Amino acid sequence: MPSAVSPTGAKSSAARPAVVELRRVQLKFGRAEIHRNISLSIHKGEGVTILGPSGTGKTLILKLVAGLLKPTRGEVSVFGQQIAAATELELAPVRARIGFLFQGAALFDSLTVFENIAYPLREGGVTDEAQIISTVAAELARVGLPGIELKLPGQLSGGQKKRVALARALVRRPELILFDEPTTGLDPTATRLIDDLIVALRSEFGLTTIAVTHDIASARRISERWIMVDSGVVIADGPANEVAVNCQNVKNFISGNWKDY
Amino acid sequence: MKDLALEYIADLGSFSRMLLNVMRDLVRLRLPWKAVRAQILKLGLGSLPIILLTALFTGMVLALQTAYGMQRFGAKAYIGNITSLAMIRELGPVLTALMLCGRVGAGIAAEIASMVATEQVDAIRVLGANPIQKLVTPRVAGVIIVMPVLCIIANVIGIYGGGLMAIFELNLSAHTYYQSILQTVLIRDLVDGLIKSTVFGFLVVSIACWKGLNTRGGTAGVGSTTTSAVVTGSVVILISDFFVTKFLMLL
Repeated sequence: MPSAVSPTGAKSSAARPAVVELRRVQLKFGRAEIHRNISLSIHKGEGVTILGPSGTGKTLILKLVAGLLKPTRGEVSVFGQQIAAATELELAPVRARIGFLFQGAALFDSLTVFENIAYPLREGGVTDEAQIISTVAAELARVGLPGIELKLPGQLSGGQKKRVALARALVRRPELILFDEPTTGLDPTATRLIDDLIVALRSEFGLTTIAVTHDIASARRISERWIMVDSGVVIADGPANEVAVNCQNVKNFISGNWKDY
Repeated sequence: MKDLALEYIADLGSFSRMLLNVMRDLVRLRLPWKAVRAQILKLGLGSLPIILLTALFTGMVLALQTAYGMQRFGAKAYIGNITSLAMIRELGPVLTALMLCGRVGAGIAAEIASMVATEQVDAIRVLGANPIQKLVTPRVAGVIIVMPVLCIIANVIGIYGGGLMAIFELNLSAHTYYQSILQTVLIRDLVDGLIKSTVFGFLVVSIACWKGLNTRGGTAGVGSTTTSAVVTGSVVILISDFFVTKFLMLL
């Protein structure tokens, strides 16, 4: 049984409050067990990447954190609140502090870029149109897409969609952002752009970020801690530069020599 | 077999929970009015051409078939009575609902299923909104408003189509045809027909929305969801037609 690598930075990160905690989480769909026993703890300000072979439920971990899925067993705690059995109403204040960049951007096709980014503001009770207009413009400028408010998602490139989705995820100033394959399908320049944005935003707002990605170069840029998941458990967890060198499973995975393929 | 039964019961429970949410919003008039207006135009105006076509030819064939049968008893003059009663009490509501199911039900199921497959519904939840309030309630509210109007239009066109046949094919006088309608049709018949059409519309749109929200299998599941929404909606219309008719007759 592969052993987890203890994070050498554990002492300093443990001093910070835990933003996300999963304890002995099991996730099953019917008879199919995706997560057997997932336990992890992510602290304020950390940049974490979750790695692992396809089909190991990495995206599902993000969805558990956002309360989009309920675990079959175990505890999920976000900002100190147990959310495993929470209702949608109880999840609302937790979700107000979370931003989620979905793999396909998940922009609302029938709404303009402006309405997409304004959506969480309106749902959060903001009614001042002037404030909404200026906030949307500021967020678009931040992600390097000024002036495209009136475009529809269908008129945007893949990279532009991701950046608009990032603007939408940030507009409520969340404390935790979840990235599901933020650079999948993008060319190297667009990938670098997204990575640089993530790093800049983490630095500017002190965000905690959890990313799921297969792009190892990107993972090195945007996070300092890696967690590897396989066969329903965490098999590696620690500083990226350490697990990449000391953990055989991680070394095999990132070099393309994964045992089960 | 047991798994299938449990799955069916779970689906029924999930559908009922969705309807409860919708009914709560409808009763409290907590509606996104802009979205409801958009749905009224989409469901109503968009369905009009096919409803008109269906109603016209249904009325025409109904008159022909009625005349064909009734002339054996020397009762060809009753074409107006039977055509109007059949349209207003039965064919108007049922055929309008079936056309709506095929056109609107399929569209709604496909649209919502695509949103599920592309994680837009998850995005709605994460961004602090309720997918049922955003996606289902406006559509259900829209169809409740639009369906009686479509049914009335279908009835009028159907009766008119029957009249065309009666006058030009069957040599009945227009006066005789329309007088027989006025003598036969009661307000009760109109109300029963409109109640049925509203119930059918509610069921068609609710089922389509629920099917869409419960799509499995990513984008590949969109097709099967759409088909399932139309088939289930059609079957539910035909089955509920019996029970609603029986119930209304008991009142």
